[in-house]
Amino acid sequence: MSKSVGKSVVRVDAYEKATGRAKYTDDLCDRSALVVKICHSTIAHGFVKSIDTTQAEAIPGVVRVLTCFDVPDHPFPTAGHPWSTDPHHQDVADRMLLNRHVRYYGDEVAVVIAEDEVAAVQGVRALKVEYEELPFVLDVQKAMEEGAPQIHEEYPQNILAHTDIRRGDYAKASQEPGLIKVEGWYDTPTVQHCHIENHGCFAYMEAGRVVVVSSTQIPHIVRRVVGQALGIPWGKVRLIKPYIGGGFGNKQDALYEPLCAWCSTMVGGRLVKLECTREETFVSNRVRHAIRTHIISWVRPDGTLVARKFEAFSNQGAYASHGHGVVAKGMGAFPQLYPCDNLECDCWSVFTNRPAAGAMRGYGIPQAMFAGESHIDDICKAIGMTPLEFRRKNLMPVGYTDGFSKNELYSDTFNQCMDKGMAAIDYQRKFEAYRNQTGPIRRGVGLAVFWYNTAVWPISLESSSCRMVVNQDGSLQFQTGETEIGQGCDTAYSQMVADAVGVPLSDVHVVSTQDTDVTPYGTGAYASRQTYIGGFSIMQTAIALRERILNIAHEQTRMPVSNLDLVDGQIIRKSDGRVLKSLGDLAMESLYSLEHSQHITAETTAQIKSNAYSFGCSFAEVEVDIPMCKVKLLNIVNVHDCGTLINPALAEAQVHGGMSMAIGYGLSEELKFDEKTGKPLNNNLLDYKLSTFMDHPTLQAAFVENAEPTSPYGTKALGEPPACSGAPAIRNAILNATGMAIDCCPITPHVLYRKFKEAGLITD
Amino acid sequence: MEKHVIQYETVRFNLNGKDVERTVDVRASLTDMLRNDFRMTSVKKGCEVGECGACNVLIDGEAFNSCIYLAVWANGKHIRTLEGLLGPNGELSDIQQAFVDEAAIQCGFCTPGFILTAVEILESGKEYTDDELRKLLSGHLCRCTGYENILRAVKKTMYRRLGKPMPEQ
Repeated sequence: MSKSVGKSVVRVDAYEKATGRAKYTDDLCDRSALVVKICHSTIAHGFVKSIDTTQAEAIPGVVRVLTCFDVPDHPFPTAGHPWSTDPHHQDVADRMLLNRHVRYYGDEVAVVIAEDEVAAVQGVRALKVEYEELPFVLDVQKAMEEGAPQIHEEYPQNILAHTDIRRGDYAKASQEPGLIKVEGWYDTPTVQHCHIENHGCFAYMEAGRVVVVSSTQIPHIVRRVVGQALGIPWGKVRLIKPYIGGGFGNKQDALYEPLCAWCSTMVGGRLVKLECTREETFVSNRVRHAIRTHIISWVRPDGTLVARKFEAFSNQGAYASHGHGVVAKGMGAFPQLYPCDNLECDCWSVFTNRPAAGAMRGYGIPQAMFAGESHIDDICKAIGMTPLEFRRKNLMPVGYTDGFSKNELYSDTFNQCMDKGMAAIDYQRKFEAYRNQTGPIRRGVGLAVFWYNTAVWPISLESSSCRMVVNQDGSLQFQTGETEIGQGCDTAYSQMVADAVGVPLSDVHVVSTQDTDVTPYGTGAYASRQTYIGGFSIMQTAIALRERILNIAHEQTRMPVSNLDLVDGQIIRKSDGRVLKSLGDLAMESLYSLEHSQHITAETTAQIKSNAYSFGCSFAEVEVDIPMCKVKLLNIVNVHDCGTLINPALAEAQVHGGMSMAIGYGLSEELKFDEKTGKPLNNNLLDYKLSTFMDHPTLQAAFVENAEPTSPYGTKALGEPPACSGAPAIRNAILNATGMAIDCCPITPHVLYRKFKEAGLITD
Repeated sequence: MEKHVIQYETVRFNLNGKDVERTVDVRASLTDMLRNDFRMTSVKKGCEVGECGACNVLIDGEAFNSCIYLAVWANGKHIRTLEGLLGPNGELSDIQQAFVDEAAIQCGFCTPGFILTAVEILESGKEYTDDELRKLLSGHLCRCTGYENILRAVKKTMYRRLGKPMPEQ
């Protein structure tokens, strides 16, 4: 039987995308749509006292102006999490469609709905908004101080949540004589996803229901949120997700779908569209949490970790969005990656007057790895051990099992990945050669590993459904609620379906678009879950479909089911291998049979109560120009153990993209704010420095394939992991080059100038 | 108060080999005209201020961000969009096929713009080094691919058109 899984087959959507025929949200919107433009607050914190709409309403083409005084009183949550029927586990419902209490510079206060974009923009400009200004706070720890501006009434000191982990006795263990104390503070920046397609959506009413077409990663979840926000039954909402131009977690929130849907209902169900500008995407969608981390390690001279303290302060911004889950995931990695008997870990998610932070590729792990892996190299420096030796000694050992998730490290993944990465950049020789350099231009190599776990069980529900429908020619369509957002899941799924059902890949047709009216339930693209989770429902549905097909084959051939098989689209008699008929002939006869007509379909839901570690590492080589305070990345390699590769070429491409994001995180990306006003300073693609074609060396992606035993396909997370370890590897390479331990990213010339000056490496 | 005055002008140009004319709002960008009046939806909007390259088209053979090019300036020009690259029976051009083969496509949103700049590079008939190719392609932002496979696709097609073997890495 020809196997499809494991081959680098071409993407199923490659032709549509290479020709520009693939339709994205705005490509599908009828040109008759009314245009919605949002009026954003021009203060960081305060109350809207009044909005004078007279002039805006007088502009020709303006159809309707709606303000924060008009919205229904249905606070709603936006996080792209599965709903919990337990009220204690539901996401924080702190959002209104438009806000009287504005909590960041860019909050939504009103909308203008007009016949065209020009009139809508003019209408927004003509609104006269009067504010009562309040003090604001941008810094996470200042927001926790007594007397700090109160951003949400119900959260004293702006603390959305605090959780901790305790193990052993940190205070007592740290008293052991002879221990070396290593302490550091590490800051990571506010960054944005920068998918090239901005978020946009359009909405209209049909048969008394509201239909929303949106650039989202999570159609079934957004449908629920739209229902909650509008205060209408969820069945009154239909959500359609076409091709999307990237998401990276930003579109794992309900963004403007609720507002757009409401606007349609306020203009008699007419078609309205709401497209974000790039400037809005940066500020008024979601950002990655800036997290400040404090780590203390008490270490024996031989490198044994005796006691460790971890504190993380996560800048939540103005609204809860994904809330505490992000920093909590980062903290969760800490005790596992380098197990230690005595631990005191705390993390806080804290509201500030910055844009709301949500999910972004890695979900707290890029931040935790920057802090944690930087700190490991700081320990190595303090005790005189090599970064490799320390990691070999202390990293999670084979057989380690986490008590909560039940995840197990089945293979010697870390050592295998590090060995492969080291060889790829000649790490050991260079590490020694680059120590103790002098002169203005110095080189260095650095290493960082990462911890990641696939999917969200047991914190949240993991459920996925799949439907398969056989056509008269023996080909089949399949649908899942899991979304193609560029990562290639439609292709990987097609390969899985082909093998599991027993048909050629060319006979498998994926229904790429999710439409909540017809697509079976699935929660969507996040937590690097889809290949793993979708694999269960595909396998289960394929088994059900095969059973139906073989029963029909029995009816048609009179051979016992036990002697029948479906291989490459042919019904085979197992005892002699004879082809009895094609699946096409079987399906044709089955559907049109005058004796027993059957439409051949199968649909199942798989609930998944397992989860899988997905680990790997990055190695980087840099050249540091000390007088210029500039870092040039010469070489970078990522090595991943994401289990069995479903499609090696797409896996490699996925890793490249994550590495690119990690390079930007390490060296150039930061969304900045004016300390005096809270206004974003660089919310555009010119001033916000995401990596360009010129900023990369050749990106090397390598894999170690240890089949994941809990997955029917041996697979596990690969979506987010590539973005997790690149930045600390670069940071540690700079340490190797210069001896300077940088405590923040991005490591820009500004940061290096300060550090080199302090260390006397440069003088004015 | 601002008056809602609209001025229209007729623009005549050649779009993907065919002479066309439209009367357009003088304030419209070329992106708007191509997307709205001609439904050339391969022309994508990523920033509308010339930063990302998603709206890139070829104007008289030269790559331009159509979002910062007024529709009326198209008068008398030859404009090519990705729709114009396809053969009469839906055949992919060599550079499109290379994007497919090299897994240079992920979400696909930056792809049309990149391919058109690649066409400009390839039509020059010159041989470029990797560094030169990176610079020539750097007007486009991509968040999915890390640019790696896009470079491979362009390079491979360049050598194929030059009739030379591709040098080893």
